Amino acid sequence: MAEFAIIFISAIFVNNILLSQFLGVCPFLGVSNKLSTATGMSMAVCFVITLATVVTYLLNMLLVALGLEFLQTISFILVIAALVQMVEIVLKKISPSLYAALGIFLPLITTNCAVLGVALTVTTKGFNLGEATWYAFATSLGFGLAMVLFAGLREQLALNNVPKAFKGIPIALITASFLAMAFMGFSGLV
Amino acid sequence: MGKFQLITKGLIKENPTFVLLLGMCPTLATTTSAINGMSMGLATLFVLVLSNMAISLIAPYIPDKVRIPSYIVVIATFVTLLQFIMQAFVPDVYETLGLFIPLIVVNCIVLGRAEAFANKNSVIDSACDGLGIGLGFTLSLTVLGLVREILGSGSAFGFKFIAGDGILAFVLAPGAFLALGYLIVLFKKLTASK
Repeated sequence: MAEFAIIFISAIFVNNILLSQFLGVCPFLGVSNKLSTATGMSMAVCFVITLATVVTYLLNMLLVALGLEFLQTISFILVIAALVQMVEIVLKKISPSLYAALGIFLPLITTNCAVLGVALTVTTKGFNLGEATWYAFATSLGFGLAMVLFAGLREQLALNNVPKAFKGIPIALITASFLAMAFMGFSGLV
Repeated sequence: MGKFQLITKGLIKENPTFVLLLGMCPTLATTTSAINGMSMGLATLFVLVLSNMAISLIAPYIPDKVRIPSYIVVIATFVTLLQFIMQAFVPDVYETLGLFIPLIVVNCIVLGRAEAFANKNSVIDSACDGLGIGLGFTLSLTVLGLVREILGSGSAFGFKFIAGDGILAFVLAPGAFLALGYLIVLFKKLTASK
């Protein structure tokens, strides 16, 4: 059990996917203007990362058994793209309200490097299926945490008078820098 | 647009990092030093030129509905090729850049150029476009890496010019965001005054 707790804390706080691994920075900067869209995106990412990691973990076992590890990149991205498409179709049918909330974010997730990044990282860590799933879930929670915090900061920032050259992305990056600095405080935790 | 213009526009006017703000993940993650930034830029350049050429060749035969998945497969093929080449010839660079080499597949710059340029232009033009954007990306990654290396470890391209350490934060995550933020501001100022 202790192992699971360590994976959990380290994936969310110590090695935060956005603020220390730099995976998924595009949506982090792109859709963090409003708290509501940031929450929607985080939920969609959480769902897809966890699901994609389970599927690619099993696929990787097959690839290793056949000695075809070099096909990892190409097969993972195809599986993720197909999976996202499938999630979209299933969600539309089963839960139209959830689809309405996540809908616009789902196609964007295919090219979110966080999904492929986590799927590839898991293969190098020597996790079993349970640990891998747990790691992916915790990592995506970390993504959500950073995303929601950042969106809150940016909403406040929009009300302030920022020098013209700093408007938009530059000031957002500088804010992200302070957020990353705050997260560095967790580095001794695990 | 002439071939020369196609190549030079990526450097300043349509610089992928400072103007278009694409491909942020490798930009922030791999620029811990000038050399690392440059290697990442060149790796992306390689994929960009080849995938642009291949996509411009096959684009007329791909049905519109499945074009994005097909582009991704083409790009992933070249990335796998690049992984093999790097493992064989520059294994230590491959180790340093690690995860971010396979992640070129989902770099929005590569897919963006395929969709916005290569699928409706000739092979030669697409190659020039890929070369231009790739050079622009390499340039900005090298600059960002250089700034972080000078401030963070007091060296430039591996040559140390101060004794002891620099401001460690610039090699770590916060410095990446901070340096990129200020460089974009500087770039905006410089290009606006022209």
